[in-house]
Amino acid sequence: MFSSFMTNAWIVATIVAPVAGVVGFFVVLRGAAFPAHAIPNSAFAGAAAANVFGFSALLGLGAFAAAAAFGIATLGRRGRNDAVTALILVLGLAIGAVFLSSSSEYEPQLYSLLFGEVLGVSTTELWPVAGLALGCIVATLFLYRPLLLASTVPDVAEARGVSRYGMELAFLLVLAAATAMTVPVVGALLIFSLMIGPPAAARALTDRPPLAIVLSVCIALVTVWVAIASSYQTNWPIGFFVGAFGAFDYGVGRVWAAGRRSRTVRKRGREGDAPIDPSMVMA
Amino acid sequence: MHWVFEPGFFSSEPVHVALVIGGIAAVVSAVVGVFTVLRGQSFAGHALTDVSTAGGSGALLVGISPLLGFVGFGLLGAGAMDAIGVQRVRGRDLATGIVLGAATGLAALFLFLDTTSGATTGATQQILFGSIFTLDPSEIPIVVVFSIVAVGMIAALYRPLLLASTDTDLAAARGVPVRLVALGFMAALAVAVGLSALAIGAILSTALLIGPAATALRLTNRIGAALVAAVVIGVGVTWLGVLLSYDSYYWVSDQNAVPVSSLIVGLVFVAYLLSGLPAIRRLTGRRTVMVVTEAEEARLRGQRVSSRAAVRSDGDSPRSRRVL
Repeated sequence: MFSSFMTNAWIVATIVAPVAGVVGFFVVLRGAAFPAHAIPNSAFAGAAAANVFGFSALLGLGAFAAAAAFGIATLGRRGRNDAVTALILVLGLAIGAVFLSSSSEYEPQLYSLLFGEVLGVSTTELWPVAGLALGCIVATLFLYRPLLLASTVPDVAEARGVSRYGMELAFLLVLAAATAMTVPVVGALLIFSLMIGPPAAARALTDRPPLAIVLSVCIALVTVWVAIASSYQTNWPIGFFVGAFGAFDYGVGRVWAAGRRSRTVRKRGREGDAPIDPSMVMA
Repeated sequence: MHWVFEPGFFSSEPVHVALVIGGIAAVVSAVVGVFTVLRGQSFAGHALTDVSTAGGSGALLVGISPLLGFVGFGLLGAGAMDAIGVQRVRGRDLATGIVLGAATGLAALFLFLDTTSGATTGATQQILFGSIFTLDPSEIPIVVVFSIVAVGMIAALYRPLLLASTDTDLAAARGVPVRLVALGFMAALAVAVGLSALAIGAILSTALLIGPAATALRLTNRIGAALVAAVVIGVGVTWLGVLLSYDSYYWVSDQNAVPVSSLIVGLVFVAYLLSGLPAIRRLTGRRTVMVVTEAEEARLRGQRVSSRAAVRSDGDSPRSRRVL
């Protein structure tokens, strides 16, 4: 499992997971699951183009992901955000299908681009991926306060001079960068699971944003590692395991949150009966 | 005529089948799509397409018609989303996403098993992107049955569905069983997605579902007119896509046709963009009406109306539509 041809897979997965965890936290907070699903799918067209015309996949992915982010933010500003998102998503997939239809290795390429190919990562791609990952995390930390404000109370944020459109566009562009680096690893369709499952679980575990982000990164790491190991053992596609474990994370989070709610209610009930402790009030 | 319809277009059997099945799928998708867009459930609609991808690839694995897999899994997915809380607005997006992610994982596994078992070559392409020219004419009866079921459900639910889609609270107050209506609608949606998956491929079927409907709702705010417009646009782009793909075989020297599904999606997107042009909006008189109603409604609800909000609203928010 740790033999030399697997080394790159482990390294890339370890780089990808923290990005998915950090960016995914805001995806869940903003309710931006649909754009988070649409951007990787549109980026698929870029990877297909790169395959056919022979330029770097990262470049193609980045260009199409950024175009999709821009399209969703701009067209969605006036009009139905979700309908526009859906249309941009299928447009990207359709363009990708046109590119790949002229390729001789249509079928295997299609599959690996959509569902991921961990073993397909070459050593030369590691550095750009690491650079982009660092860029995404730095950008998210840089945007942290205004983005948190705009995501939770958009009206207050706007009153304080945080532009709603600007924040949306900035966030979607970070999402696009994160997408560009993750598509070759887990595939266009399944980065999404990594961006939704672990952060959703983390948010169920804690209400404090910084702690939630850290937890989300940890859960994403474990999810991806277990997925690679399972994929190696069973020879089944990694995408299946990422999807299944992502849903599992979410399920655990839901159960935990339900348990926490009932615990809080019981605790409050007990505290209500007890006399108020003066030292607590002073503190 | 000759350079519009390349030789053999009207006498080719695959073209006939493609036009019939494509047309039926477009009609059903457009009708269901109008309500999907009205209800703001594009994401749920898209998630169902991914669920039916898993169904289609699973059907190939066990050797039954992909259509049965598309619709069967679609219904299961609709039930799952309802069960984990797609109805509540809070967390709905997340619940949809989780079902979607799990379903795509399953699709990845099924397609992997399809290709490694070697029973079917080209499974990934066939399920995901469709192959309308290779459909079996014997599929037509079952396609007709499914489409009658889906449109019939929408027709039976029409009034309560419309009320529940535009104002859930009002509908609940009037005694409409909102949850039941929503579940019935999701079932119709699953069938529509299955049909359109058969025509243009599972992961592209969102285009036929959302595109014509969103375009129509930008052109008119009367529900009847929107339904008619969506059907006309849907069938129009589908047939035009079939024609162009057929013709494209003769355009390029290497005799490699442009995939029909991609052409249809491209035409859908163009139609949507065109409907946003100011000239076309002025023609249908949609914009003025909506600005007034939205501002009025906000005032009725005692909300502060900022001039910016009034200008910005071009009638696409679900609130602004008063069809009752």
